[in-house]
Amino acid sequence: MLADARLVAGKDLRIERRARVATNQVAPFAILVLVLFAFALDPDRGILDRATAGLYWVAVLLSTVLAVQRAYAIEATDGVPDALRLSGLDPAAVFLGKTAALGLQLLVLEALLLIGVTVLYTTELAGPVLLAATCLAATVGLASAGSLYGVLAAGLRVRETLLPLLLLPVVAPVLIGATRAFEAALAGAPGDGWPWCGLLTIFAAIYVTFGMLAFGPLMEEL
Amino acid sequence: MINEGYVVAGYLLTFLGLGAYAAWILIRGRRLSARVPEERRRWM
Amino acid sequence: MTQTTTTLTGAPAHTGSRGSRIVGILAAVGALALLVFALVLSPADRIQGEAVRLIYLHVPAAFAMYGAVILLGVSSAMWLRRKSRGWDVLGAAAAEVGLVFTGLTLMTGMLWGRPTWGVYWVWDARLTTTAMLAILLAGYLALRRVPASEESRARRAAVAGLLVVVDLPLIHYSVDWWRTLHQDATISTTDAKIDGLMLFTLFLAIVVAGLVLAWLLIHRFRLAWLEAEAEEGGLDRALAERRAEAEVSA
Repeated sequence: MLADARLVAGKDLRIERRARVATNQVAPFAILVLVLFAFALDPDRGILDRATAGLYWVAVLLSTVLAVQRAYAIEATDGVPDALRLSGLDPAAVFLGKTAALGLQLLVLEALLLIGVTVLYTTELAGPVLLAATCLAATVGLASAGSLYGVLAAGLRVRETLLPLLLLPVVAPVLIGATRAFEAALAGAPGDGWPWCGLLTIFAAIYVTFGMLAFGPLMEEL
Repeated sequence: MINEGYVVAGYLLTFLGLGAYAAWILIRGRRLSARVPEERRRWM
Repeated sequence: MTQTTTTLTGAPAHTGSRGSRIVGILAAVGALALLVFALVLSPADRIQGEAVRLIYLHVPAAFAMYGAVILLGVSSAMWLRRKSRGWDVLGAAAAEVGLVFTGLTLMTGMLWGRPTWGVYWVWDARLTTTAMLAILLAGYLALRRVPASEESRARRAAVAGLLVVVDLPLIHYSVDWWRTLHQDATISTTDAKIDGLMLFTLFLAIVVAGLVLAWLLIHRFRLAWLEAEAEEGGLDRALAERRAEAEVSA
């Protein structure tokens, strides 16, 4: 099954490499969000410093929605879903593959955003181990929830407005947990943050499991 | 006293709101029942 | 056209039945009794004053809300197993009734909070989670309204419905943990020692809420069933008309 998953992940990443949506559209959008927050919150008044963790993860969440939208939009136009259905691949493997591909894109995005806050918000990246672990755990959760809701909304004409409404409330725990973990890391007290990282891991585990189970019936919708 | 105002508002809104919702269900139920043939109106 | 044999003849042209009427009457009587107890007989609170009377609405509404959400989860899971329309329709009814009670919970909570805390809204765990639930249910209902084949819509709704139920404890736990770290004092809606009469009124209110929930669910379920039948009937009629046109022109 892992081999199948890698197959699907490879396909998704290759499509992305050719379409370059993540690099051309989602990444600039993510940086744009950081800039917009700076406009709104006035860097000189210290709010930006205190809010960095939250703003970072809001930017990640919004970018995730975009990334998921594009991932399923590209597929729908190429007749890929039918091919996936007929290929006889285990739906759970398809889910894992899509999640992995989406997750990889998100990790790259998060790294880019880390550079962004270092430069734009002059953040000092303290507690790098916790930061990295948080990013990893949060990404698995976001990618699996994103893949799941992506297929849930796939093929519907109102997908653009429906997907954010469905996905964002669901990943609110990721926002809460990741922000608290980042805050603890950046404040130099990683001990406070590791429990939140644990919460993220639980979220990720639940959504990966659920996704593997639910993808089978949902693949008919692709 | 101000507090009583909130209580009255709360009870009024609750009862009126639930009443309106119930009325909507019943009225719509009658309207749709007329359009659906007898044998298909109920689940069991 | 052949006569269809029916197992159920003479179904009435409304969503009522003897059972629903009994539940309805009990609920109405109970509601009247609740009004007497909540507004007249039970005492005002030492600290909260008259505002405590809103608790007799707020807590039962929350119970009904959770009841509806659990029903949504169960019917979503059952649809995935049995694929019968009944479970799908039940999920739709449960979600909408649940959203109504979520709105009531929020409204009564805010009206209670204003005189008690001085503000309409605080970011405490319960209110925040309830607000999130409102959004989740609204999203579920929006998903149901997207045009699709009945089976496709039911499948998406069933998975989405299960996810609402799976997600709720996650959201509650993370919000709760987050807010308890930030609160100076935990806000509790009831005193440690509750007057006996107040306790009884609260229990009465919860029972009444349960009856109202049941009544609403019965009728909303039947209405949703009719909606599904009417939609299918509309499709059948359109197909029949099309076929009739084809025969005439042939």
